[in-house]
Amino acid sequence: MSSSEDQALPGAIFEESAVLTVKDLSRMCAVDERHIVEFVEEGVLNVVEINTTEWHFTGTALRRARLALRLERDLELNLAGVALALELMEELEHLRRELKARR
Amino acid sequence: MEFKDYYKVMGVARDATEAQIKQAYRKLARKYHPDVSKEKDAESRFKEVGEAYEVLKNPEKRAAYDQLGQGHRAGEDFRPPPDWGAGFEFSGAGARDSEYSDFFESLFGAQGRAGPRHGRGAFHPGRGEDHHAKVLLDLDATLRGGTRQLTLRVPEIDADGRLTSKERVLNIQVPKGILTGQHIRLAGQGARPPGEGAPGDLFIEVDFQPHPLYRLDGRDLYLDLPVAPWEAALGAAVKTPTPTGTVDLKIPAASHAGSKLRLKGRGIPASPPGDFYVVLQIVLPAANDDKAKAAYAALAAALPFNPRANLGV
Repeated sequence: MSSSEDQALPGAIFEESAVLTVKDLSRMCAVDERHIVEFVEEGVLNVVEINTTEWHFTGTALRRARLALRLERDLELNLAGVALALELMEELEHLRRELKARR
Repeated sequence: MEFKDYYKVMGVARDATEAQIKQAYRKLARKYHPDVSKEKDAESRFKEVGEAYEVLKNPEKRAAYDQLGQGHRAGEDFRPPPDWGAGFEFSGAGARDSEYSDFFESLFGAQGRAGPRHGRGAFHPGRGEDHHAKVLLDLDATLRGGTRQLTLRVPEIDADGRLTSKERVLNIQVPKGILTGQHIRLAGQGARPPGEGAPGDLFIEVDFQPHPLYRLDGRDLYLDLPVAPWEAALGAAVKTPTPTGTVDLKIPAASHAGSKLRLKGRGIPASPPGDFYVVLQIVLPAANDDKAKAAYAALAAALPFNPRANLGV
């Protein structure tokens, strides 16, 4: 695609510096902005408090939004179902860690 | 090409109703979804189920498939008949990102695939679509940083309208300290827009291959360190490998199997850095000669010790 492919491309950790807007997430996930707004309303994505009227997200919202979209599409879940699935998946991960730490 | 028995894949009867097919799909999708499933072959099973559902949920495709499927068995060599598809009109719906099998493509390829994905690329007019990929890196890549050659599969629609994929090789400087689930963003390495305009970005989600010595948990690393019983009981300084080189680790006296020792800040060099945990494993010397047997006997004679005291026996 580009002629620079033989040289090493400098990579940076996206999550460390990213502050995302609804528009950014909509573009990165290829969904309408409305969909991102619905994710916030349902508690799937959390808004970071910044002193502006526009909503902002941390970089980790990208992975979460894409995960939510996959669950929604592949498992034919509605938004409330996606929110519940994400919560349970997080709890499961937390418990698995706890278990690992105790062993 | 292999004939695929979509009914068998979904575990439904040939005369299953639409509701039964939907129910079977949802159940299998929950079981094999790669984000949720712990099954080994989840990803390939999930693709197979998705493809079967794509055909069976659509009355037109299902009817065409049924007509064709009579007399074929799963796995059998198969070529579509020359008059295939005559009299059927496929109105594709529900585009997915994944590729279908050759079997599916030969039957429903160009026509069965949903038309141009509506709205894609329109989320930011004039700018190319962002692409996403997932890669498995070696642990050293995040411990030390460095250049890695990554081979990505890029989906492409070919001249016949089929979704295929092309290999793309990129050399990337992996940022030191990147963690599982984080992304490397390569600006301008996504899709080019149809007309003028800037290309999109490429997001690479990172995961790691298992390491022979260390276990990764978020930003922390774990090492199982074998120690002799007397090292654990009396304390000792033992040579221990860490990502930044061998250290002399002080084992405190009265340690036991499973004791965890923390080396702060010696995990993944993220910000903040993770910790390095050493988990002690007590290894017994084999009693395979007289000298060793005598030593065990002397220990048994010297110590009143009941390892089963808390079992009440």
